[in-house]
Amino acid sequence: MHDDDLTTEALASLGDRVVAQAAPGEQIEVVLVHSTETEVRAWEGEVESFAAATAHGVGIRVVTDQRQGFAHAGSHDEAVVAETLAAARDNAAFGTPDEFLGVAEPDGVAVPEMDLWRPELATVDPETKIGMALELERAVRDGDKRICGVESADYVDALSTGAVVTSTGIRSVGRDSGCYLSVYSLAADGEETQTGFGYSVGRSIEDLDLRQAAADAVERAVRLLGAGKPATQRTTVVFDPWVTAQFLGIVGATLSGEAVLKRRSLFADRLGETVAAPFFTLTDDPTDPDAFSATETDGEGLATRRNELMTGGVLQRFLHNSYTGRRSASASTGSAVRGYAGTPGVGCMALVATPGDAAPGALVAGIDDGVLVQGVSGLHSGVNPVSGDFSTGAEGLRIRGGELAEPIREFTVASTLQRMLLDVVAVGNDLTRLPMTAAGVTLVVADVTVSGE
Amino acid sequence: MTSTMPDADVLDAALRAALRTGGDFAEVFVEDRRSSRARFDDGKVEELVSGRLSGAGIRVRSGSSVGFAHTADLTPAGLRTAAQTAAAAARAGGSQTSAGKLSRRHAPAPNEVTVAPDAVAKARKVALLAAADEAARAEGSAISQVACLYGDSHRSILVANSDGLLASDDQVKTLFSVSAVALGDTGMQTGRESVGRTVGFELFDTVDVRDLARTAARRALRKLQAQPAPSGAMPVVIGPGGGGVLFHEACGHGLEADLIAKEASVFSGRIGEQVAKPMVTLIDDGTMATEWGCYAIDDEGRPAQRNVLIADGVLMDYMWDRLRADRADRATSSGNGRRESYQHLPMVRMTNTYIANGESEPDDIVADTPNGVYVAHLGGGQVNTATGDFVFGMTEAYLIEDGRLTAPIRDGNLIGNGPEVLMLIDALGNDFAMGSPGTCGKDGQGVPVGDGTPTLRVQRLTVGGTAA
Repeated sequence: MHDDDLTTEALASLGDRVVAQAAPGEQIEVVLVHSTETEVRAWEGEVESFAAATAHGVGIRVVTDQRQGFAHAGSHDEAVVAETLAAARDNAAFGTPDEFLGVAEPDGVAVPEMDLWRPELATVDPETKIGMALELERAVRDGDKRICGVESADYVDALSTGAVVTSTGIRSVGRDSGCYLSVYSLAADGEETQTGFGYSVGRSIEDLDLRQAAADAVERAVRLLGAGKPATQRTTVVFDPWVTAQFLGIVGATLSGEAVLKRRSLFADRLGETVAAPFFTLTDDPTDPDAFSATETDGEGLATRRNELMTGGVLQRFLHNSYTGRRSASASTGSAVRGYAGTPGVGCMALVATPGDAAPGALVAGIDDGVLVQGVSGLHSGVNPVSGDFSTGAEGLRIRGGELAEPIREFTVASTLQRMLLDVVAVGNDLTRLPMTAAGVTLVVADVTVSGE
Repeated sequence: MTSTMPDADVLDAALRAALRTGGDFAEVFVEDRRSSRARFDDGKVEELVSGRLSGAGIRVRSGSSVGFAHTADLTPAGLRTAAQTAAAAARAGGSQTSAGKLSRRHAPAPNEVTVAPDAVAKARKVALLAAADEAARAEGSAISQVACLYGDSHRSILVANSDGLLASDDQVKTLFSVSAVALGDTGMQTGRESVGRTVGFELFDTVDVRDLARTAARRALRKLQAQPAPSGAMPVVIGPGGGGVLFHEACGHGLEADLIAKEASVFSGRIGEQVAKPMVTLIDDGTMATEWGCYAIDDEGRPAQRNVLIADGVLMDYMWDRLRADRADRATSSGNGRRESYQHLPMVRMTNTYIANGESEPDDIVADTPNGVYVAHLGGGQVNTATGDFVFGMTEAYLIEDGRLTAPIRDGNLIGNGPEVLMLIDALGNDFAMGSPGTCGKDGQGVPVGDGTPTLRVQRLTVGGTAA
């Protein structure tokens, strides 16, 4: 490819040339990304598809006279970048003046140094990648005689380089590599079919655990065979790490300074109050290199930092980007999140609930009657993060007398976010890194409505 | 802005490069997409955003494998490099296909666009936002926050393939949405309303954004009195328009030929069978003028079609893209090959999916339901096509007691099983309407889709609330 020699410095230099055009009184911020990705999908022992892609993006934000404009394009071509700057400037004329608008200013916080880039990923032979996808599919098919098919078995990798350059003196570059295996399995018994999935994530190919991904996909599908619909009842539920990570992501969204300022956060007036169980501690820590979503800088080019959100159940702080920080008379927490095609929002980057002492098995052993939830659906349609109403489709296993019992499906679990945080009974010791912005851990929540027959 | 569409000679050269080392089929998909959006939130025009995405995706098929590469570089050299990358990725060899001479095919657009959004002054777009904000807030002092979004896009596509097909389309879409928050003694509630059509700025000749704003605000206000939703299985009546989401999830995805081929659908092998009550006729129609999911050609160059999927309860056919049609020895796809952008491979996707009118009076359907839930407005949904289990969200709903709508209920999901629910539909109204514009997600790609239904009743669905 013609641009494989693009370095972080080349990206930053392009940014320099744009911000150098800032007129007096005008602020310019340029975000540049460059990524190469490979995606191999295996099916029935063959390569179903092999996609190789290089993508570029530029986003330009202009603030003049307290008004903001933005434009983006999927190219680094100098003429396109010039058009993008012109469009952003033109757009700024239509914004409402707001004294708190502005690009970020350097804040002196040191950028954490993490080893997120493994250049060797770029030189992995395509045949090796194909081999992993094929082997993943084979391992699932051979894992159990009830496995009747594999919907998809994928190897995916991405190497990304990014830069944020501003006329206020920010010049931040970063790059990271990542890869994962993901497989969706089908298990059958007579007319009945159940599905499962497995995955493994890493920064380089050596990190991937193909056997574990395959074993998870087999177990998750096979153990649901024979599932029926449960009776409706209030009970204790155990969220498996994958489910907990999605739940924490929703909780995290309610703690954004943007939601607070715009009066859309149900925790807006509750700093310093007890909002969760007394042993529940929630932290957003993108400076932990073990987090799959770890990053050295945020979407405005500021250093990321460790932000404790709830400590011992007490609400500690909200997250901010530079705009919400200024407007709430505090400062950015290094929590600007964005793609190149949008202005910075505020969000969690690497949430983690501090693990407890008990293993998942011990937690289940302490539950006389409950439900293990291994999968959820419709979190986007049945959870209202403004009102706090929480309702999701689910599948999993009954817990009877401290042991996992029969599989169940086609039910919902419902409560409110406010209640669930207070009803957390235990956090497991099984911290699990996932391809999401929250880490997984087993979570036990009491008094949730399971709705079935 | 510079114009970027390559001419036929350049496309022909790219196809030849793609097939130089062998392969059965090659395709170049070129896209140039310009978009603009404006967001009004918290009483302010936050920003106007302009976007541009242009490039080409090239795929090469060789035996059972597909190789794919994309590039933002539309010069002859850029396309040649991408073609070579795609050919290498397909591990092409064996079959020696030569690219046929390109000849242009024309497909009629479902409708004309009379006011191109690019030609409308930005100030006019911004003025709509302020009007909607004002109308929503005027609904009551309990309205504590309002966000309005205007968006338009102009997507020019060009498809050339080794069969000699050369086809293009201009797809213009315009969207407006309003989200309101109401604050009361019981906390905050939300209401949303949106409209999206495959038209230009003339959308606002017939749609008053203030009406959308009032609807969104009233939804939020009514829910301030909402009680927790019930839990358990019960009859559910869904109002006109909204039920399309139910069919999109309950059986639409399950009728996509890629999932059928992988036996990842409960509808696999069931053509010709009675899969729904005889009153149910399900159609996927990419030709429906002005609807959110319509187009002249799909993203493989095939003209949009009207496909009857279920006729009087009998399963007639699945939806097909080029790859799945070829493998099943069908002469053509069903015009359902779509992709999010040039950076993605096409796959089988729905367009506008709807249930044809029934015969009942909608009021009679409610009156005939002693107890249950009435869903007036739905959120999105999700389905596991292999098991058929699906969910959809309710964002405006009421209890039905003694055949009458009574208390509003809080948001939540409903869950059911597609094949079972199709056999449990026992009433269809005569009040067909299209629902809200949607973005359907599949395998990481989002595409615009429409759906519609008349009022309908499902005998038993599980409502995912917290009340006994």
